[in-house]
Amino acid sequence: MSAALRAAEAAFHERRRRRQASALLGGAVLLACFLAAARLAEFHPDTLLAGLPRIGEYFLRIAPELRWDSLLSASEMEGSLAFWFYRLDRWSLLLLETAQMAALATLLGAAAALPLSFASARNLGAPLARFLARRFLEAGRTVPEIVFALILIWAFGVGALPGILAIALHTAGALGRLFADAIENVPMRPWEGVRAAGGTWAEACRYAVLPAAAPDLLSHAILRFEVNIRSASVIGFVGAGGIGEELYQVISFNHYEEVSAIVLLIILAVIACDLLSERLRRRVIGA
Amino acid sequence: MNATLEIQSLSRRFGNTAALDAVSLSIPAGQMVGIIGRSGAGKSTLLRMINRMAEPDAGRIVWGGQQVTALRGQALRDWRTGCAMIFQQFNLVQRLDVLTNVMIGRLNRRRGIAARITALLGRFPDEDRALALSALERFDLLPTALQRAETLSGGQQQRVAICRALLQQPHTILADEPIASLDPRNARTVMEALRTVNRRDDITVVVNLHHLDAAREFCGRIIGMQAGRVVFDGTPEQLTEAAAERIYGAPTTRPAHGSEPTEDAILAARWAVA
Repeated sequence: MSAALRAAEAAFHERRRRRQASALLGGAVLLACFLAAARLAEFHPDTLLAGLPRIGEYFLRIAPELRWDSLLSASEMEGSLAFWFYRLDRWSLLLLETAQMAALATLLGAAAALPLSFASARNLGAPLARFLARRFLEAGRTVPEIVFALILIWAFGVGALPGILAIALHTAGALGRLFADAIENVPMRPWEGVRAAGGTWAEACRYAVLPAAAPDLLSHAILRFEVNIRSASVIGFVGAGGIGEELYQVISFNHYEEVSAIVLLIILAVIACDLLSERLRRRVIGA
Repeated sequence: MNATLEIQSLSRRFGNTAALDAVSLSIPAGQMVGIIGRSGAGKSTLLRMINRMAEPDAGRIVWGGQQVTALRGQALRDWRTGCAMIFQQFNLVQRLDVLTNVMIGRLNRRRGIAARITALLGRFPDEDRALALSALERFDLLPTALQRAETLSGGQQQRVAICRALLQQPHTILADEPIASLDPRNARTVMEALRTVNRRDDITVVVNLHHLDAAREFCGRIIGMQAGRVVFDGTPEQLTEAAAERIYGAPTTRPAHGSEPTEDAILAARWAVA
């Protein structure tokens, strides 16, 4: 082995040793942080172990009593599906309202997020606009929806409108950040092409960036729609409309079987929207 | 407008290396100029400065009484539209169709807020579409008009880029290594397209080329650059072996047997096959 080869081999081992050392140090710091956080947050293993069975207990309690022989009987018969979902008509309407709240909030939020994400993308210049847009997006996604909802209910009164606006605000903040990340991953050569042809900043955004980022933007927006169905369900807890109000009532009044029925309905709605959205996304990307 | 492009002692430093070192050139309208030199000689920086994609530390560019290096806003966009740029990697929008890619050359012709807004909505006037289609027809690309740019070969994409440049109705086309990513046959088609544009449309063409054989064949004037300076400026006939050696800093004929072929020699061989 020549001296140069030996030196290269030594350099390789040196680098490996350094990497292992820094990985070890990083792991130790992470572990220390975790332990400190667990202590501060009172994440005690014994409380965790003591409480775990009770979670199962709650699930047992909300589980419906179904009997094989009367499964498909009318709603007066205990043990039937119809008895479990005896208020299906009302819940369906509420669920529809919730889904519409989520859809509107996603649309409004995405529409607000799009221009802000172009302004806040690192690769498209405009430093002052970026600073302002980033701060706005951070504020939008850091404040929980429920807080926005309480403020807006104070302004607009109880109902779906404050719920929609609250979710839209949070969506704008969360989606704007994801959109900006997607935009930052777009190849920049087309951007140069449009700018060199005399196109404006906005035209370069529209023609060089948007077509390349569109599939990612759509994926994020669709995923956000699913998240917003959940948000719209929870936000009803504070009186902002939808199935949430109903869910809050049945939980507080310990109507156990109804809790499981409503939760199941929400899950089914999310699954349906997942199946539909996947199809939509494929169509848009393929087109 | 037939004005001479005056480049007056342009300089630009990147760290300790001078990308451009007091470059002065005068390019009269209608010329087909080839700029040759090794990678890093400053060819690209010079071309990008003319289009104002890069800024000089010192010096200026003047065209028809206009100080190009001081333009801002709409005047700058108009200048860029007037000197269309062609890139080594074509710089087309891959997911857009060929037709729209070509019509991007018309964006800056829209005046007024309403026209700008319809442009952002992706709508172009019928005249723009007619211009784009006839440009595509001229370079045998009409059947690809509705395909996405990404489905085209490199040679086709570069010709689409030339169509986009033509729709800007420019006085000058700046081509930065337009054939460096193409195979010999496509490289020849693209160079021929640039020559047609120069002769028939009376557009000044300034083209950066890695290797001098292409410049010798297609350009009436050759400028040689080395380490940010102009070291040769003359006709292909004046570019003797000795002059070429000064530009490339090494013999440009085939390397001696047994030594590694240089990148330039490989490119020379590739060009010879065409």
